[in-house]
Amino acid sequence: MTNRTNKRKAILVTPEVCIGCRGCQTACKAWNQLPGMKTKNTGTMQNPPDLEPVDYNMIRYSEVPSETNPVRWLFVSRRCMHCDDAGCMRICPAPGALFRTKEGAVAFDKDKCIGCKLCVAGCPFDVPRYDKDGKIAKCHLCYDRLAEGMQPACTKTCPTGALRFGDRDQLIAQAKQAGYGKIYGEADLGGLGTIFAFKDAPKLYGYADKPNIPESVIFWHNVLKPLAVIGLGGALAGALLHYVAIGPHKDDDEEVKKS
Amino acid sequence: MTNHWIDIRNADVILVMGSNPAENHPISMKWVKEAREKRGAKLIVVDPRFTRTAAKADVYAAMRSGTDISFLGGMIKYILENNLYFKEYVTEYTNAPFLVNPDFKTAGDLNGLFSGYDQKTRKYDTKTWSFQLGENGLPKKDHTLRNPHCVFQLLKKQYARYTLNEVSDITGTPKEKLVEVYKLYASTGRRDKVGTELYAMGWTQHTIGTQNIRAMCIIQLLLGNIGMAGGGINALRGESNVQGSTDQGLLFNILPGYLPVPTASVTELKTYIEKFTPRTKDPKSVNWWSNRGKYITSYLKAIYGAKARKENDFGYAWLPKLDEGQNGSWLVLFDQMFKGKFEGFFAWGQNPACSGANAGKVRKSLAKLKWMVNVNLFDNETGSFWKGPGMDPKDVQTEVFLLPAASSVEKEGSISNSGRWAQWRYKAIDPMGQSKPDSEIMNELYFRVKSLYLRQGGKSPEPVVNLTWNYGEKDSTGKVKEVNIHNVAKEINGYYLEDVYDKTATPPKLLGKKGELCASFVPLQADGTTSCGCWIYSQSYTQKEGKVVNMMARRGKNDPTGLGLYPEWSWAWPVNRRIIYNRASVDPHGRPWDPSRPVIKWDPVKPDPVTKKPGVWVGDVPDGPAPPMATDNGKYPFIMMAAGVGAIFGPGMVDGPFPEHYEALECPLEANLISKQRINPTIKLFGDKADAYFSCDVRYPFVASTYRVSEHWQTGVLTRHLPWQLEMQPQMFLELSEELAREKSINDGDKVIVSSGRGELWAVAVVTNRLKPFKIGGSTVHQVGMPWHFGWQYPEDGSGGESANLLTPTVGDANTMIPETKAFMVNVRKA
Repeated sequence: MTNRTNKRKAILVTPEVCIGCRGCQTACKAWNQLPGMKTKNTGTMQNPPDLEPVDYNMIRYSEVPSETNPVRWLFVSRRCMHCDDAGCMRICPAPGALFRTKEGAVAFDKDKCIGCKLCVAGCPFDVPRYDKDGKIAKCHLCYDRLAEGMQPACTKTCPTGALRFGDRDQLIAQAKQAGYGKIYGEADLGGLGTIFAFKDAPKLYGYADKPNIPESVIFWHNVLKPLAVIGLGGALAGALLHYVAIGPHKDDDEEVKKS
Repeated sequence: MTNHWIDIRNADVILVMGSNPAENHPISMKWVKEAREKRGAKLIVVDPRFTRTAAKADVYAAMRSGTDISFLGGMIKYILENNLYFKEYVTEYTNAPFLVNPDFKTAGDLNGLFSGYDQKTRKYDTKTWSFQLGENGLPKKDHTLRNPHCVFQLLKKQYARYTLNEVSDITGTPKEKLVEVYKLYASTGRRDKVGTELYAMGWTQHTIGTQNIRAMCIIQLLLGNIGMAGGGINALRGESNVQGSTDQGLLFNILPGYLPVPTASVTELKTYIEKFTPRTKDPKSVNWWSNRGKYITSYLKAIYGAKARKENDFGYAWLPKLDEGQNGSWLVLFDQMFKGKFEGFFAWGQNPACSGANAGKVRKSLAKLKWMVNVNLFDNETGSFWKGPGMDPKDVQTEVFLLPAASSVEKEGSISNSGRWAQWRYKAIDPMGQSKPDSEIMNELYFRVKSLYLRQGGKSPEPVVNLTWNYGEKDSTGKVKEVNIHNVAKEINGYYLEDVYDKTATPPKLLGKKGELCASFVPLQADGTTSCGCWIYSQSYTQKEGKVVNMMARRGKNDPTGLGLYPEWSWAWPVNRRIIYNRASVDPHGRPWDPSRPVIKWDPVKPDPVTKKPGVWVGDVPDGPAPPMATDNGKYPFIMMAAGVGAIFGPGMVDGPFPEHYEALECPLEANLISKQRINPTIKLFGDKADAYFSCDVRYPFVASTYRVSEHWQTGVLTRHLPWQLEMQPQMFLELSEELAREKSINDGDKVIVSSGRGELWAVAVVTNRLKPFKIGGSTVHQVGMPWHFGWQYPEDGSGGESANLLTPTVGDANTMIPETKAFMVNVRKA
């Protein structure tokens, strides 16, 4: 992968200081003009239940056992991880639909998205969603705000600094200095653009210990995609890729979720 | 707040009890985090529920709703027994050494009652709640704190009963947890450690609400935490400008600047001043309220202008008066409305059909009106009560008018935050549609009412027709065309109406020129030569070297003390003091108790900029310029108290000079475990069927509390119209423990019916381990909780649910009448 570490930006998530106020969810919607979704209370604070085409980020609430308290209540931000080695970009057959911003984020161009949903299969974190027009929708690290010298809407709103934006190297150094030994995403998948200061094992926070792009995606990316795009129209290539890539991949994906 | 938001970062121990800042004041957690990261501060959360704030705590203690005094009483006992109090502070700066009337009896002596109780009137004769006076007229003191009648010894006696066993039995908090909290918080009794307390409605909304806060004040005084950076007793206000509205006299019993509303028997200004001006013979006490006469007179001059003359008692007769003993608080108003005593009602910026305790009664009350004016951003459950659930529009005669109001971003003006900072805000956009700022609505209303009086006369036209209204350019009829809010702010600050001199100086020194804005409340006069709409705000919009300065609009970022006081950012009342009672942060010689965070300190060499004599306070604006207490002209630190010291013994309360644990009006126990007196003996009991309450009744076996969540605001009128907020919290819910859910065969996400003696509603069950059953007096007591953000009108499909206030009782705190919505009894069943 290309080395972008020197100027690469990131969001550092520190669940220990998150208070679950969800200002980040509202700020994201306000900036990106995303409509509210009709939801129901299902017996938890968590709403929407998962990422949606109109929700680029969310807080996951989980009550895990605690030795000293009735529970340990965790609030963990969930959003696109902006992987350096991004499965979605590897598999995407439509040139320019997913692109790398100069800050190192994975952004998208809806006009170029062909709606094949291959990126869903390529994502180890189950992030990409599709809007009502069949186009990709996810966090793009507010690259439009960054271009104007502003920070992302969510980090700007966060009252406690549980979400922080900055130079990736610096954020990692600061988190380590604050006593977080291992930074989740520091090296995984070439290094993630959303990194986490976890006190405990990633699993506790709902993340796989070692996130991986499914082998099949890597294979089809290397072998089939170049052929397909050359030989076929984008949509058709997408359909073909979908057939071959999604099928064998499904089980893996579920396993990641279960773990 | 005695302190302010940023100051939380200076604390070593932060006690969150009676509040839930992570959910209701999220930004405060920025400072909590900073205190923890930079000072290694510890966060203690005491709450019946494991809240989002508790999720961040170093120590969490679960406690049954309504048992705070028991919990804190146990802490007082722990501090005294283990000698953890700050001895010099307690003996010098509090009334602990004062000798009390030997006939005074604590609630420990009289099984839950203090001396002087009259069963018939349900009131105390407070004759014995007094100090023994010496020949010089000053309270007798024993600085060794050994005299059995001294406050310190009485305090010991009062809380001797609050043993760990007893407290644990009442609160349901395990003994080890109590000790853990007590030990950690009491660690701030050292001069180099400071603890702060953050409270909100979790303490106020009880029949013992004021005493909850009193109990903590006692602890803060014992530990020497008042006046210190990182200390104090800090009310987190529930609305952005609720501090400002209270300052400006929103409540029925106070005029602007906490001047009491007169009663009918006080017919002359002179008598008013005599009655409400505290006195002391102690030359070392500043007794700031001795200036009452200046403030009330300047207030009368502000509102009645040239019509207020010495000859007519400055228009004192025109001030509205309360009947003797009359209470005009919320619950009483709606009770009177329920009984058909009101014709009309302005519901201004509120939604009582959802926010009022016992909202079912409130809604019925609205139907007794002839007319109602609903001033709000949106129609709400109050304006549309006549078509709400259980109402037949045919039967409702109330005529309802909606006056659309502009939102806060559509107008200019100041807001005062919890830390007493008055901050100027600017208009971002014009008001939408026909909506107007509140001031314009009042302007229209005023001139219409005034012209009716002028044309038709009336029983008492003077209070209206004599009002000054110099808020902008006037048209040919004398009506203000458009309200200039700066004029209002200036009227609040006050003017010199004549050249005003300090006559104690020779020759007399000019304090201010006629027509100029007052420099502060210090030069205000009792002879009608100054005006001031709210004395504590004097200096907020002032004149410096002839130039008019809106101090509230300042945005300077200097922080000379490094404590985060930011003295050039906006303006704080009084006189830009950021930490009140700051003279208690230094020893009697003016040296900071903790030199590492000096709020103020006495510099004996540096010349005073005004007097040019050596000796001046540096740091925050001190509580008065007098030199330190130990010096010749020194003064005591607590300048608002007549005795000059902090009140551990508080004879001003109606329900006792010491806090005593009583159960909530509705409680799960047949008897108070600590005394024979189950409920607060001085609360007002409402007698109507609609006010029914049920204690220890099998029909309503579970303790309930209402609260807010970060995703919604108040009754939700502003947030239920926002799909983004509704997405996160779409529906009324009830939090309950897994144990109770099992007992009731309720699953997570089930619809349940919650009922009380007043009403019932549906909610979605949130089954969680964050609530646990309590062991109270050997029995299991379940506690549930629910938000009060919802209402029938919106979302329009009814998917949101109803207001939790349909369940809450009509009963209030003995001192303030704040409704008891934090502890009442309900039942729960699967829908």
